[in-house]
Amino acid sequence: MSFLFDGKEIAADASQSIGAALIAAGYRSWHTTRHLGAPRGIFCGIGICFDCLVIVNGRPNQRACLTEARDGDEVCAQEGTGHG
Amino acid sequence: MADIAVLGAGPAGLAAAVAAHRAGARVTLVDAGPRVGGQYWRHQDGDDGRGHHLWSTLCRLREVPLDFRPHHAIWHVERTGDGFVTHTSAGEITSQRLVIAAGAHDRQLPFPGWTLPGVFTAGGAQALLKGQGVAAGDRVVVAGTGPFLLPVAAGLAEAGARVLGVYEAGSPVGFARHPAAVLRNASRITEGAAYLRVLRRHGIAFHTRKTVVAAHGDDQVRAVTLGSLDRDWHVVATEDVECDTVAVGYGFTPQLEIPLQLGCDTHLDVDGSLVATADDAQRASVPGVYLAGEVCGVGGARLSLMEGELAGLHAAGVVPDKRIVRRRAALRAFATAMHRTYPVRPGWQTWLDDDTLVCRCEEVPARDVRRSVVELGATDPRAVKLLARPGMGLCQGRVCGYATACLAGPVTAAGLRDLSARPIAQPVTLGSLAEQHVEEP
Amino acid sequence: MVGAGMVGAACAYYCAEAGLRVGVVERGAVASGTTSAGEGNILVSDKEPGPELDLALLSLRLWTSLGERVADGFELDPKGGVVVARTPAALSGLTSLAAGQRAAGVTAEVVDPTELEPRLTREVAGGVHYPQDMQVQPMLAAAALLRHARSLGATVHTGTSVLAFRRGGDGGITGLRTSAGDLDAQWVINAAGTWGGEIAELAGAPVPVLPRRGFILVTQPLPPSVIRHKVYSADYVANVASSDATLETSVVVEGTRAGTVLIGASRERVGFDRTMSLPVLRKLAAQAVGLFPFLAEVDLLRSYVGFRPYCPDHLPVIGPDPRVPGLVHACGHEGAGIGLAAATGHLIAQSLTGATPELDLSPFRPDRFAAEVVS
Repeated sequence: MSFLFDGKEIAADASQSIGAALIAAGYRSWHTTRHLGAPRGIFCGIGICFDCLVIVNGRPNQRACLTEARDGDEVCAQEGTGHG
Repeated sequence: MADIAVLGAGPAGLAAAVAAHRAGARVTLVDAGPRVGGQYWRHQDGDDGRGHHLWSTLCRLREVPLDFRPHHAIWHVERTGDGFVTHTSAGEITSQRLVIAAGAHDRQLPFPGWTLPGVFTAGGAQALLKGQGVAAGDRVVVAGTGPFLLPVAAGLAEAGARVLGVYEAGSPVGFARHPAAVLRNASRITEGAAYLRVLRRHGIAFHTRKTVVAAHGDDQVRAVTLGSLDRDWHVVATEDVECDTVAVGYGFTPQLEIPLQLGCDTHLDVDGSLVATADDAQRASVPGVYLAGEVCGVGGARLSLMEGELAGLHAAGVVPDKRIVRRRAALRAFATAMHRTYPVRPGWQTWLDDDTLVCRCEEVPARDVRRSVVELGATDPRAVKLLARPGMGLCQGRVCGYATACLAGPVTAAGLRDLSARPIAQPVTLGSLAEQHVEEP
Repeated sequence: MVGAGMVGAACAYYCAEAGLRVGVVERGAVASGTTSAGEGNILVSDKEPGPELDLALLSLRLWTSLGERVADGFELDPKGGVVVARTPAALSGLTSLAAGQRAAGVTAEVVDPTELEPRLTREVAGGVHYPQDMQVQPMLAAAALLRHARSLGATVHTGTSVLAFRRGGDGGITGLRTSAGDLDAQWVINAAGTWGGEIAELAGAPVPVLPRRGFILVTQPLPPSVIRHKVYSADYVANVASSDATLETSVVVEGTRAGTVLIGASRERVGFDRTMSLPVLRKLAAQAVGLFPFLAEVDLLRSYVGFRPYCPDHLPVIGPDPRVPGLVHACGHEGAGIGLAAATGHLIAQSLTGATPELDLSPFRPDRFAAEVVS
């Protein structure tokens, strides 16, 4: 199956997380921090560090390492708090 | 209402749930994740067990038909008149007794550049590999302290990544000082020896007294500085190595939100971690609460399985076989010996620049943390947290808690307790919190 | 000075500035009591005309000048307050209150609150804007004031408990016996906040300061524009003045520099019980969502608890105690300690240096309570 990340199609296995699929596709980061605008991707991989935040189908602050990819999801990089 | 709610479905929780169920108790097993296994047995659906340990134990345990509630993230547990209520993201679970098997997560030390994409925790690299089938990168440096670095490096190597080296900050020869514990746990040693054989087969060197003291790069890590360390972890020499991935870990931190919410006694363990206090029957200081696995002290999967079984039996009112109790004591002694072999030494604080972020999610630099102590009069971790804000972000101090406690002064149980207590263990929306509020007329 | 919370810190600052030699004794850490459990409010909006409002107006002026004079940043934010009335009856009560406050010197403008707070629910009858309300980071402010006092020669002894008051032949205070040894002093200021009653008891001059528990919810960080002022409902003022022992809640919502949103406010008389109360948190969450519907989808990250020090007539005790020469009180500020600290410190420094206090201190007399109230 696949999902869209910032418009590009990303392949994912069944029950694979969005974060793992992005790493496998060569992405290192998809979140910029709210103070310093620094890039973050996966750090702890188990849902405790909140670095890997991503916007899924319009909902911000989803932990990419915990969120299972679903076919056709629209995933966007998140800037800061994710709320406009 | 269940007789027993088991919180956490890793080795300890799964063993507890199965033991209690077989003893005739009504058991509900709760986990935030989609399947049983916890961190130790992270796997993908359909996994055949290759690259996993004690896989047959997992298969045996998960065949037992249990009332398993996945996708239930626990945010608060409270005692009520006749038992306990466990509040989760998917509803409330009531029970007469509890087994808390919440496990642990990686313990981290900050270093310049540790926030660069491509730097993962050792557990994160392992979770990606075992749970997702994804190698974290191509040219990997594995660093930190503790026996967990070996399976991480071995796993990545077997998956085809180029592991440039394993860099252990300590010098684990001290292990030989605890021969009694070593002998009682021969199989643990064999496990370590097996990993070393894998590393040798791939030509990966295991270095001691050396670790990553800085990471470099623009928008991702491109190189690291390896520091040769003295026995207190001050840097005596450096060399730079190009890489695209770092997997780093300094032991584990037990997840104590739930024992602390319930008011259970805690104490400082040999490895400087705060752990929940359990007696020989795995009982916490609060009646009706049992503890098993890493929450009682980091000790590995075999110990977690033992303690889980003991906790499940006791919670179900069954007196366990003395052999299990003896085996547990042996494994505890081994864990203690391991902790003494892999201490965190204070010299890591000299690796930090003023700009090095201590708190990743709230972006608090070392300068602010130090200033709160030196200039603003902070004398304990709580004051440091309130003045400089490490631990106030989304992760609520899980990543930076230990480092913050060290930077605030000598680490104490009270100081760690202040940073580890979280009345809200997982973020919960205000809407769902409000849902059950009935407006009084 | 007993107590290194906000009031103790402000007293230390003003006394040191006035040339007095100050020693601060604190059994915990700087600001480890109620100071670290509040929201950092500096308000004039929530006070009815009377001595407390006068104290608040003076304190507001002093805080503004502290914000300019004290070098360390403590995030003094002149954000303003918006009080919201949900019903016509509440609005009528609110506008009468505002008229009285205006007469006392408060700037209060009747407004459509949804114009000032676009995310506010539309189910409101009206509101009043108080541009003078401010917020400060209380930990940083207390630390900064103490740091400044130390630069003027004050000493701060944390981790030090008061064991006894030392008295001279005439019954007056000569100093303190502490866990770190004896201290000589001409005056001892009881700035022990919620524990001010215990210190007063030790000194032989009881004052009835009791704890009133409050919880605060803290959300995930949001952009600063989502909630721009301190926003609360018009029944807040009535709750502060209530003597009810049972749970009082009224909704208070505000943002912070860090981006988190703080939600209060609850008041209960349960002694010093720190146990988290889920029913109270649920009620606070429900009320907050009622005022700002978008908060339903916002995550709660943590909650914390604090104990406001209150006296039966809801006024603090400030000033020298006629019952024990040398004993001075500066505590019992009940939920307004941060805001009133500057004026309290200033007035105490004036009393001790022989200057006429800028405000009449008689409403805050420590010996004003009838004997049976104190026991």
